[in-house]
Amino acid sequence: MTVFAFYLFAISAITGGLFTVLSRQPVHSVLWLILAFLSSAGLFILLGAEFIAMLLVIVYVGAVMVLFLFVVMMLDVDFAAMKADMARYMPLGLLFGLIILMQFVMAFGAWDANAAAEGLRAQVTPTDMHNTQALGMILYDEYWLLFQLSGLILLVAMIGAIVLTMRHRTGIKRQDAITQMMRDPAKAMELKDVKPGQGL
Amino acid sequence: MIGLEHYLTVAAVLFVIGIFGLFLNRKNVIILLMSIELMLLAVNINLVAFSSFLGDLVGQVFTLFVLTVAAAEAAIGLAILVVFFRNRGTIDVEDVNAMKG
Repeated sequence: MTVFAFYLFAISAITGGLFTVLSRQPVHSVLWLILAFLSSAGLFILLGAEFIAMLLVIVYVGAVMVLFLFVVMMLDVDFAAMKADMARYMPLGLLFGLIILMQFVMAFGAWDANAAAEGLRAQVTPTDMHNTQALGMILYDEYWLLFQLSGLILLVAMIGAIVLTMRHRTGIKRQDAITQMMRDPAKAMELKDVKPGQGL
Repeated sequence: MIGLEHYLTVAAVLFVIGIFGLFLNRKNVIILLMSIELMLLAVNINLVAFSSFLGDLVGQVFTLFVLTVAAAEAAIGLAILVVFFRNRGTIDVEDVNAMKG
């Protein structure tokens, strides 16, 4: 059962990745990438990392990929023309991909776990609690500084994204809070005493 | 039985697909960013696989931080992309030559 699930998730992750790269429409690319992320979340569950798996589904599929989708749909670009010379780069890409894959194969072939590796573990996975609880225990205990720092990174990213994309267009009406607050009834309206039968 | 090598193979293949995508989609910055996300995903699979098979939880903590940085990178990258598109009307990487670099 685990073997079947592994091969299912692995094959769908690789298929998703491949079609992300090869797809003609960027929207399809985003959807294939979502498939790759969801299958990787399945792989993480098989590895016993449930929290990371859920994080991948919520943060990646739920937020980052939707952001990609919005940007793809917002930009009015002729994507078909961009794909035209894909075949030109294909041999070079395949060459580099094969070289790097060969390097990986060579590295994994020669690789062997050191017998002393077990003794060098920084945080042994606790067996008496859930993955989420154990992760929280060491994240807030040992790695709180890095945790705060990652919050800071997200803050900087948020401010940066807002600053980059905000634009002040001229010639449009917008709310001016200061003028609005400085207005009082004396300036805003004028009382006229209208005589009967005369009008203004 | 599924061992560590199986997960490492999946991660290696995903990483190579990411690099392949960088070469193949030279013009489309959005797909370049997606390829980078794919490579980061491969790295995360490696980290979690080693963490699980060694019984060391630090790998998963690292994965958390990689996810954070990847999300920040995607946000900033897409913001730069939108600004670039507004100014130049294209997202072709070969048109990014305003500084004559």
